[in-house]
Amino acid sequence: MRLPKLLRNPSFVIGAAITLFIVGCAVLAPYVSTHGVEQMDMRNRFAGPSLAHWLGTDNFGRDLWSRMVFGARISLMIALVSVGGAAFIGTVVGLVSGYFGGWVDLVLGRITDIFLGFPAIILALAIVAVLGPGIVNVSLALIVVFWTEYARVVRGAALVLREQNYVQAARALGASPLRIIFREILPNALGPIIVLSSLGLGTAIIAESALSFLGFGLPPPAPTWGWTLSYGTRFMRDEPWLAIVAGAAIMITVLGFNLLGDGLRDLLDPRQLSRGGGERRSD
Amino acid sequence: MPAAISSRPAVHQDQFAPTLAKQTEPDAVIAYLIRRLLLFIPMAVGMVVVTFGLLLIIPGDPASVLLGQEASPEAIERLRDTLGLNDPWYVRLWDYFANLLSGDFGTSIFQNQPVTTIILGRLGATIELAVAALVIATVLGLAMGVISAMRQGSIIDTITMVFAQLGVSMPVYWLSLLLMLAFAVQLGWLPAIGRGTPLPQAFCAALSGRPQVLMDSLSHLLLPALALSATPAAIISRLTRTSMLEMLREDFVRTAYAKGLRRPRVIIRHVLRNALLPVLSVIGLRFGMLLGGAVLTESIFAWPGLGQLTITAISQRDLPLIQGIVLTFALIFALVNLLVDLLYAAVDPRVRLG
Repeated sequence: MRLPKLLRNPSFVIGAAITLFIVGCAVLAPYVSTHGVEQMDMRNRFAGPSLAHWLGTDNFGRDLWSRMVFGARISLMIALVSVGGAAFIGTVVGLVSGYFGGWVDLVLGRITDIFLGFPAIILALAIVAVLGPGIVNVSLALIVVFWTEYARVVRGAALVLREQNYVQAARALGASPLRIIFREILPNALGPIIVLSSLGLGTAIIAESALSFLGFGLPPPAPTWGWTLSYGTRFMRDEPWLAIVAGAAIMITVLGFNLLGDGLRDLLDPRQLSRGGGERRSD
Repeated sequence: MPAAISSRPAVHQDQFAPTLAKQTEPDAVIAYLIRRLLLFIPMAVGMVVVTFGLLLIIPGDPASVLLGQEASPEAIERLRDTLGLNDPWYVRLWDYFANLLSGDFGTSIFQNQPVTTIILGRLGATIELAVAALVIATVLGLAMGVISAMRQGSIIDTITMVFAQLGVSMPVYWLSLLLMLAFAVQLGWLPAIGRGTPLPQAFCAALSGRPQVLMDSLSHLLLPALALSATPAAIISRLTRTSMLEMLREDFVRTAYAKGLRRPRVIIRHVLRNALLPVLSVIGLRFGMLLGGAVLTESIFAWPGLGQLTITAISQRDLPLIQGIVLTFALIFALVNLLVDLLYAAVDPRVRLG
């Protein structure tokens, strides 16, 4: 009877609807876009929303809806890769740390603390500054910044789970640590990992847009949301629409992931293992 | 440094000797203080290593990458020498440590000034902005959280929590732009960019009969601080609400009511006092986020602080300056957390006594 309960949670339903819409737009970008991403029309700059241009046009007369839809692809891809990478590294570190304890835990814990001690966006900026802009480097920077969250939460979960009877039983039966970690502990720690990942996608999108906004993301003419917002600000005094649309795209997407994460937390993680972790923001 | 909170070794206290506990309390506080300070050292060392590591991950030869393609071979060789690139990395790390300990963060490649001088010139503006934002966030967040919890399920609760959700999802740079658009561009109530006289001087000026200086400073500060405070305010309000709701269900609250205390007294003395503890530690943890947000807010409002400097340094790939800034931010963040932990221990005896 999971489904009805799921659908009774307003956070989850609204979040899932927004997420589905954005992901759908990104996946089907070539089909749902109405114009070419680079198709300019200088006689039609800064047009307001109309039937021809659903969200209006930018300073080159390019269709904003189409650019937003293709921008969703970039944002979502970077977010998925960085959250996936961060979740993987953080989960492994957390599981090992929590299961083995002792000096392993001490060393890994200190390393996690050190990385947590840097303001996220600043460390990410510094890494991108050093490595240079681009999709891979931005994703790498975000992974370095975000894995700590998972390590902390998964470690906490592993500490609780390793004392459970079924884990003790597996150990008594002679199961190897590797088997216990991945077959017994990991499946039971998945709830908080999923919740954190959903909230993390929102955070990653904000961070990626921030990097693009500052000019350290994908170089133009890539239609990133952050960069669209950034050049939109140059015309803000007279044509604020551009900046408003780009910012709204970012906010609605993040809102979707946050609501989804909150809803999932109520359902998957009633003991709130992921609490505290979920509230992290990068900017 | 949340792990520092969880990794506090428990000091076992004889629960049958409450008078003894009272007597040894100052000792316990000092012991806790020393323990906490000792934990700070490996942390700081680790941060220095990570910051130093930034130089190691540059693809290719850092000197030629940093100076760009037009640089002459002599200039590159000179920079190699300044950065110590001709030495093995462990020698450089050691030198880096030694220099840092004597307050030398290196020399900026493009500004030809000691990094320490540049950073110190900017630090005040960022701290002013961050503290102002934190004050606004705390006041706003606590008020929203308390009201929400007291009226759980009401329309006020719903509205507050919708605002909180928006606050968490709103990119700080977008909010900055919207605020600027509304209050500076459209309404013209507040200046759009720049900073007035630094607040401490402005206060002095106001005391010596020139209040307009202070008003000018505050009017410049208001928009960036407000933008920066939105997300922490939202987080604080959500946490305060959850924490209050938990406390309202506690036995001691029922006891307080049962012994005839009035509602305001119960709320303030019993519920709020306990509910605020987790909020306090979160305020400290969010300070790092605030510093990060300052980078974006400052660059939008042309606020002459560390954040704006970060953007300049990064666009120029001025590595010594970038390293100095990153380390400064990390150390401020660590110090604030240390302070919060000590404050926490001062407010809550359970922390220091195990």
